[in-house]
Amino acid sequence: MVPLYMYLLVSAALFCIGLYGVLSRRNAIAILMSIELMLNAANINLVAFWRYGQPENISGQAFAAFVFVVAAAEVAVGLALIINIYRQRRSVVADDVDLMKW
Amino acid sequence: MELTVESLVFLLFSLITLGGGLLVVTTRNLFHGALFLMLSLFGVAGLFALLTAPFLAGIQVVVYIGAIAILIIFAIMLTPQVTATRPSNNQWIAALVVAVVLFALLASIVTPLMDELGVEGWGASFTETDPPPVPEDSIADLGAAFVDPQRFMLPFEVASILLMAALVGAVMMVRPSREDDEAPAPVEAAEVAEPAPPRADAVEPVLVESQE
Repeated sequence: MVPLYMYLLVSAALFCIGLYGVLSRRNAIAILMSIELMLNAANINLVAFWRYGQPENISGQAFAAFVFVVAAAEVAVGLALIINIYRQRRSVVADDVDLMKW
Repeated sequence: MELTVESLVFLLFSLITLGGGLLVVTTRNLFHGALFLMLSLFGVAGLFALLTAPFLAGIQVVVYIGAIAILIIFAIMLTPQVTATRPSNNQWIAALVVAVVLFALLASIVTPLMDELGVEGWGASFTETDPPPVPEDSIADLGAAFVDPQRFMLPFEVASILLMAALVGAVMMVRPSREDDEAPAPVEAAEVAEPAPPRADAVEPVLVESQE
């Protein structure tokens, strides 16, 4: 099979792409999409370690499934927040939301 | 890594995943970014299938591509700033440096590159290539583990409560305010839909006349 470190390398690259997106994008929805990329990188790692470690122990897949649940909750609340902010400020640029900035 | 069919499929799905991800964070049009996010998530589903996790591959397609990406597209449609003048802020060079340095660090740890270069104790050298085969009933085992009180039943219930609370909270947050509820739009619609007011007009003058 493909060596384990190839999967880890793809996962690391995907995580760093998502990190770049979170740090550099201005639009809040684009930041949320980059967070999705980072969560998927974590999922690839979980499933790859499950497969190459102890495939008879299903815990790796179970944790990946919990990551799905948390991602769905996170994106629902995040998009609701963004839409609410857009209603009040007519903007989805993250730098414009500076109400709690000291 | 010798060139087999499996490694070719792995390279294909890796390219789809990473190429889609790069386009997500660099493209100017946010709607195109959401479509590229779907492509990248599809590549991740392919990697799951290659890792013999078919249930997670299916869930990835159904939940991520079918629900989360569509939700993101809805949000993009509701906030019409699709083509911003500048997609990235003025710290994108620092962000790029941070991302590249972190990737170099992670790559030097997970690959056996540093061991080959002669640096002792740096890499974790995950060089497993031939894991034991996956049990036949791994999906049934996953389902049983979720309802087993000794394993994942409590986290499973907590996750369902979390999802429920998050969805109710999201609905409450985007609910229109009280002033929007009392907007006169439905009344106007009813007047347009019912073009028979002469009856009321005919009754009223009669009443006025009788009073006079």
